[in-house]
Formats: sequence, C-alpha cells, structure tokens
Amino acid sequence: MEKNLGKIVGVNGNLLTIEFDKPVVQNEVAYAILDGFRLKSEVIRIRGNRAEAQVFENTRGLQIGGVVEFTGTLLSVELGPGLLTQVYDGLQNPLPQLAEKCGFFLQRGTYPRALDAEKKWDYTPVAEVGDTLKAADTVGTVPEGIFTHRIMVPFGLAGKLTVEEVVDAGSYTVDQIVAKLKDVSGNTVEVTMTQNWPVKIPIKAYDERLKTEEPLVTNVRIMDTFFPIARGGTYCIPGPFGAGKTVLQQITSRHADVDIVIIAACGERAGEVVETLREFPELRDPRTGRSLMERTLIICNTSSMPVAAREASVYTAVTIAEYYRQMGLDVLLLADSTSRWAQALRELSGRLEEIPGEEAFPAYLESVIASFYERGGVVRLNDGSTGSVTIGGTVSPAGGNFEEPVTQSTLKVVGAFEGLSRARSDARRYPAIDPLESWSKYPSVVGEEDLEVGRRMLRQGNEVGQMMKVVGEEGTSMDDFVVYLKSEYLDAVYLQQDAYHEVDGATSADRQQYVFGKITNILRTKMNFKEKAAARTFFQNLTQATKDWNRMVVNSDEYKQSVKQIKQMLVEVSVHE
Amino acid sequence: MNKVYHRIEKIAGNVITIKADLVKYGELAVVSSGFGTSLANVIRLEHDNVSLQVFTGSRGIATDAKVRFLGNPMQTAFSESLLGRIFNGIGIPRDKGPAIKDNMTDIGGPSVNPAKRIIPRNMVRTGIPMIDVFNTLVESQKLPIFSVAGEPYNELLARIALQAEVDVIILGGMGLKHDDYLYFRDTLEEYGALSRSVMFVHTAADPTVECLMVPDVCLAVAEKFALKNKRALVLLTDMTNFADAMKEIAITMEQIPSNRGYPGDLYSQLASRYEKAVDFDGNGSITILAVTTMPGDDVTHPVPDNTGYITEGQFYLRNARIEPFGSLSRLKQLVNGTTREDHRQIMNTMIQLYANYKETLEKQSMGFRMSDWDSKLLKYGGRFENELMDLSVNIPLEQALDLCWTILADCFEPAEAGLPTKLIDRFWPSKG
Repeated sequence: MEKNLGKIVGVNGNLLTIEFDKPVVQNEVAYAILDGFRLKSEVIRIRGNRAEAQVFENTRGLQIGGVVEFTGTLLSVELGPGLLTQVYDGLQNPLPQLAEKCGFFLQRGTYPRALDAEKKWDYTPVAEVGDTLKAADTVGTVPEGIFTHRIMVPFGLAGKLTVEEVVDAGSYTVDQIVAKLKDVSGNTVEVTMTQNWPVKIPIKAYDERLKTEEPLVTNVRIMDTFFPIARGGTYCIPGPFGAGKTVLQQITSRHADVDIVIIAACGERAGEVVETLREFPELRDPRTGRSLMERTLIICNTSSMPVAAREASVYTAVTIAEYYRQMGLDVLLLADSTSRWAQALRELSGRLEEIPGEEAFPAYLESVIASFYERGGVVRLNDGSTGSVTIGGTVSPAGGNFEEPVTQSTLKVVGAFEGLSRARSDARRYPAIDPLESWSKYPSVVGEEDLEVGRRMLRQGNEVGQMMKVVGEEGTSMDDFVVYLKSEYLDAVYLQQDAYHEVDGATSADRQQYVFGKITNILRTKMNFKEKAAARTFFQNLTQATKDWNRMVVNSDEYKQSVKQIKQMLVEVSVHE
Repeated sequence: MNKVYHRIEKIAGNVITIKADLVKYGELAVVSSGFGTSLANVIRLEHDNVSLQVFTGSRGIATDAKVRFLGNPMQTAFSESLLGRIFNGIGIPRDKGPAIKDNMTDIGGPSVNPAKRIIPRNMVRTGIPMIDVFNTLVESQKLPIFSVAGEPYNELLARIALQAEVDVIILGGMGLKHDDYLYFRDTLEEYGALSRSVMFVHTAADPTVECLMVPDVCLAVAEKFALKNKRALVLLTDMTNFADAMKEIAITMEQIPSNRGYPGDLYSQLASRYEKAVDFDGNGSITILAVTTMPGDDVTHPVPDNTGYITEGQFYLRNARIEPFGSLSRLKQLVNGTTREDHRQIMNTMIQLYANYKETLEKQSMGFRMSDWDSKLLKYGGRFENELMDLSVNIPLEQALDLCWTILADCFEPAEAGLPTKLIDRFWPSKG
C-alpha cells in the first residue's frame, strides 16, 4: 500500500500543522520524520486540507516542508501476556528496554515493542474446532505469574465466529497464530496472543455492566470505615502538596484487596516512581506471598517527560486495566495525579487557541474527566464471571483550594471523596483525610448505626473544640469537654494510622469491625470525672493503651491482654444508672 | 544554508517575525541592526513566517535588520576551564576572560529515563545545623528555599556554596540585583570557592529573554559535570523571576494565561528544570537548591505552589532563620538513619521541645505566670535560636548533634527531654 504522506506547514511548541492530500482520520497516529527518526504524533484537529497533530516528543529541529507519515490507525496499546511487572511510559514504550538501548536519557523517536517477542508462553487451548465464539471469548490460556491469562477473540470483531483451526498445547511466542476463525461473511481471522486496542475507546465486549455494591477493602481504617470505596467504584484524593496523596496511593497499592494494581504516575515526581520500582520487587504480597511486583504494572510519564504523552498515559493505563478485567480479575487503577493530566489538556487547548473556560482549562474538561472515570465499573463477562476496574485519582488543586475546576469536575463523577487537609497533615495526623469534609456513597465495612455514633462524635467534638478556642477550657462544661476528648480519642486511635508500622499499617476488615465495635462502645459509655485534668489523664492513658493494641498481632496473647486492660479502664470511669 | 534575511515583518515585545524558509524549530539566529547584534531563537513556524524571540529585546531593531540562521539550537560550552568563570545568561563572559567554545552541547536536553534512576542515598553536608540535623539535604534532591523579598536568601545560598561538600557549584542568577551579583562573586572569591564554581548570572538590568536561558544553561553544564563523575550542586536564585520572564514572553506571544497571568504550562516548565536533579548510577549527581520568593509571603501564589508540587520538600527562610516547622526534606529519612544513632531522635525531640517553647512564648505574651517548666523552655528556646538556628553557625553534623545534647543537658533533667533511656545513657553529657 502506498504511504499516506503529508507536509509540515506550521510548528508551534508540540503542535504541528500538516497539509495532506489523501483522507486522514481524526485521532490517527502520524509520524514526523526528522533525520531518520520518527516522532510519534496524534491528529487532533482537521480543517480543510490541514491537520493539526500533537507530537509526543520535543519538536526541536522540525522544519516547514518536513515529511509526515499518516498511519491510519488510532493511538493504540498492545495487549497480551507479559504486560504485568512492566514499566511503560505513557505511550506503552517499555522503559527498561529503552534504557538498555539509549542509556541514561530518553532518546526521542525510539519506540521499542511493548511486549517481548522472544519470550515463550505455555499455551493451553480452550476453544475447539467447530466452536462458535464471539468477541472476548476465550481461545486459550497461558500462565502469567500468578494469574491465568486468557487469550481472547479480538474485542473489535463483530458477530459470531466459527473456530476453523487451533494449535495444540505448547510453548509459543506472543506472535504465534493460536487459532483461525471464520466470521459470518466467510473471512478468516487469525488470532495471535496479542491484540491492539485504541486507548480512547472503552472495551465493551462484555455481557452487562453491574451495580457497584461490594466494598473494596484497602486496610486503611479511615477509608474502609468512614469513607469506603467499592469494587468497580471511583474515588478521588484531592490535597495540597505535602499532605500525603502519594503516600496514601502507595499504601493502597500495597494493601488493597484486588488482583492487579496499575499505577499511572502521570506528571509527578520521578523519584516517587523509583521508590515503587525499586521496592515493590522486594515486598511480599500478603495475599499470595509472592513479590508485589507480580501483580503490578507501572505507567510512568513523570513531570519532565513530554506533556502530550502525559495526556495519553491515563488512557493507556485504563485500557490495560480493562483488558485484565476481561479475564475476570479485579483491577485497581491509581492515577497520580489527574490534575497534571488536566493541565496537559489545558496546554494543548491553549495551543489550539480554543476559547478557554475557567482558569483557562478547556470547556470540555468536565466531560473528559467524567468519561475517564466512567471507564471504571463491575461487569459480567460473556462466561458469566465478573471483573472490575476501580479507579482512584489524586487531584493536586492549586493552592490546596478545592474550589477549582479539576477538583469540582472530579467530585461530580466519583463515588467517594477522600479530601486531604493541610491542617491535619501539619498536625501530623496521618492519613490526613479530613473526616468532616470527605464523603462516600459506598457501603462501609462496619454497621450503619455504629458509624453514625462515630460521625456524630467527630462533628460534636469539632464544635466543642471550636468553642473552646474562644471560651477556654474553664468555660466549657464537663459534658462538652468529655465529648471533645472522646472525639480526639476516636481520631487518635482509629482515624490516624501509622503507615510504616508492620501491623498498624494494614487493618483487615474483620479487625476494623471488631475494633470499631469496641470503640463505639466507649464512645457511647457515659463517663463521670471529678475534674477536667482527671478526664484528660484518663483519655491520654486510654489512647496510649488503644494505640498499643493497634500495633499488636490479632489474637496474640498481648492482644487479648490489651482488650481486657481497656475494658478494665473503662469500668473505672463509667457511670451505672 | 547561512542565507541572510533582511525584511522583518512584525516586531512585538521581544518577538520578531520574518519570512524565511528551511528554518528549524528551536534554531538559533543572529539578528544584527544599527544598535547591535543579538541572538534569537525560533519559537514558532507558520508557513514561511518565522517568529523569533530576541535575547536582548527588540529595542532598536530596524525593519531591515539582518537575520542569519545558525542551524543549531541554543548551546553551551563545556570544559573544566569553565570553573572559576562568570558568564551571563547565554554564556558570554562577564568577567573579561576569554570566551569558551569547547564541546558545545544543546541545552534543555532529554530527561532521564525513570528506569535508570536510583533511590538517593548520600547526604550532602552543608555545615548548617538547621539543614544537616533537622532537614538533611540529600544528593540528587531538588529543594526550593521559600522566602520573601528582604530575607537574606542570597547570603544563605552563598554560605551553602562555600560550605557544601560537593565537587562543583553552579550558580544561576536570574534577575539579580547588580549588588547581589557582586556579593556572590566577591564572597566566593574571598573564601576560595570560586575555583570550583561556575556562575551564570542574569541581572535585573539584562534583557528578559536571557533570564529564561539561565536554568537550562546551568543544568546542561551540571549534567556534563555529573556524567564526569562529579557531584554538582546547582544553586538558582530567583526562580520567581524566571517564572515572571516566562509570563512576559507568553503574554507577548498572545498565549491564553491560566492563573494570575502565568502560562498554562508553568508546572511543566518548572518541572522539566527541577527534574534534572538526578543521581547517575555509578557516576556523578545533580542536586538543586532554588530560591523562590513568595510575593506577599503567599505560599499559594502560582510559583511557590507549583514548585511545592514538584520539589522534594522546601526550606522556609523567615526572620533570617530556616524555619523548623514548615521546612521539610522529604528525602531525609533515606539518609539520617545511618549518620549517627541519635540523629533521628535528637531531631524529633529538639523540634518538639522547640514547639513547646513557642507555646510558652505565647503564654508569656498574654501575661500568664511562668512555671518552672516554662522558664526551662524559655532558656532552651533562646539557646536553640542562637546556637543552632543562626545562619552564621558552621559546624559539622556530629558536632551539631553534640551541641544539641549540651543544650538539652544545660536546660533539662534527663527524664524531661523525653528521649529513650538507651540514648541518654550514651550521650547525655555529665555535668561538672
């Protein structure tokens, strides 16, 4: 086929204007040729015989009259076994392989293949000759680490397909043709272990989308109990710098009860990705006992990498998440940070000279954010099993002020809001999720009645605390003072959690239910103190005892001892009526 | 290729537009007219219209000025002979020495592959206790110094330049007052640190566009040194001027401003500079300290705000001291576990007690009676401020830790400090 070529007529930052003669497709990939290098770009606007394309690389050195090659395919990712444990940039270039080729620096115009073409996989056929299949039905399987990786009928195929040929079980590379199918019009389709899928189109080859109702346990108490997230749900973590967004994401990526975690480091510090990169292979996954890296995939387009690829990176991540969902797995996608992604949209919109919306973000920001989060969800697959994609995105609002377009657009579409506050992080109350401002629409791991006791205590305690700032301790009644101490106690022993402690760092759902039950019991207890100093001392001791208890292994001797001790302490101050 | 163009179509701000062909994006050109010559670089191509930003500004450029394209982007020289020299923002000597043209390399090169980065592990000793003890600077870290106009941030930078245990210091000045420039030059010279330093200085009187080049030139040189197994420390002052220069150009180019007039890509622009900080595995490193003045002492101003999201912590300079509360080195945990066993504990205890001292001060100012404990805290706070926080203190880490113990022992009983018994037994100085 003859190549579809165009000619550069304008360069402005990473935006090219290209003149073309033959048809071009909106959002297709085009390569600008420069000294033998091919710089990848995506067509984003067409006017008359001119196309505008955003280049995913530095455009330095391009000139008017330069050649551009249109490919006719949309920006896609390659899906197949071997994605897990990889580290990709926003365009699915494997970074370790790139490093082998180019050394310390990211050389532009170098695009190694995403999957290893040499590696052999132990293939087991599932479909047999004569079977009738449709898109996303399983043709065969290969083991990938701890998972059974399904090789599926390409998602884009329509109608019923009849299996004509299959290979025997054996060891093959990803490019091996494992089956030949015949579609309704009689054409033969060859199925290999890989398929390409355009990143900006959701994969919809499933039976139906289900309601999100099952909690997804993260082992972070304040989240699971007060502001829970759900399997297949969406949540956001906005917060000013230094409030612990990234740490919270890292903790979740370690402890969340899911099969696969995809980390999209989008426009953030490279150093943070490096920590994950170097530490995860060493860390044990508590569920499987294997290295955490085996269930992790990192898409990494850090702040100094080209901006256009940053925009693509979240789509690359969510497409791969959907792919693993198609195998009946639960996938958690952590995007850090969606604000950087929105900023990439803003930069692009500015170059296109579009009429700006609030704070110069494009007017379509809201719908873009909404359609991204809507790619999360629980689905029933063709074979009746379910899979899910849960999406958690951090937001980095300018000045820590949540009244800005990205936070506000995100809040409209997510199911849980875990807002971090500067005041809490300054007071070293980690995780710094604000218990009064945050909310969640998903079911908690504890009962509604207990939860309401906790919530009420936090609200009332805050009110008393505010009042005390004005009238002092002297002017506060004993009852109010106890409410205040109780709320501080709940905060100290339950909301706050030591992320780096072996036991306290992750609290299971069972333990949360048990502990929260005990604590609400304390909150409900009517107490009597002669003076405020005595009340304060009592709660200091109780806090210390409960914090120690949090650090003990469940049902160990000292754990049981602690339960008794706390019970005893309570008896001494409670009022019997 | 070196065709000369004579007709300038448009002059607006520092940007001129000419009609030319075969021009490369980002290419450098020489613009000469009656009032002098200047470099300019290509910032937009549109058919045969080429927009160039003129480094010395467009003042005095005639419509028939000569424009000659050089065929390469902005470059900087690199060799050992840069050491001890002072240049302006685009690498022209300021110190009457010869021009250097060795190993010209492009500035603003590609970023480091994250897969090739390593977890930082070496401390950079500065001799300043507020940094070494409380917020340790780590090799390959990027940290801003948040401050307001009038604070001695340049004195602090000069002090770090003199004392820091690194191989090469690269100082980038942006919008410096001429006096400050001379201060840096003289101080480094007087204390013999100039021989390991390279300075790229743009003063407030110089053309704005040159200001934009300073960080890139500094970092390109630093990168070359780092790849020659040198530990390079890049000191930049003041990044707010850099951001303002960017704002100026963006407005001239009729870009849509996003927040308080700053361009929408402020974050990416700052990040692409700060992210040059790196520790090359088996080779040298780049550490960046950058003064960022906060207009109106407002940390939510777009420049400090975006900076805070990029850097690994921040130092707050207030009342001529590095503030212990807001300041944070995110990487200190990576190194302060292995310096000396008492380091972390002393760090936390001293700060907690200092926080108590602050509360006592408040009580005192409200006229409450001072208890015994309050008097102890007052004594402690005074000594802490004079002997540790003062910027002129220059002692090695170990000595600073010993000094902490001495201050504690002079002010408190062992049990009052709240330190683990094990450490008290070893380190608490005996009185006498």
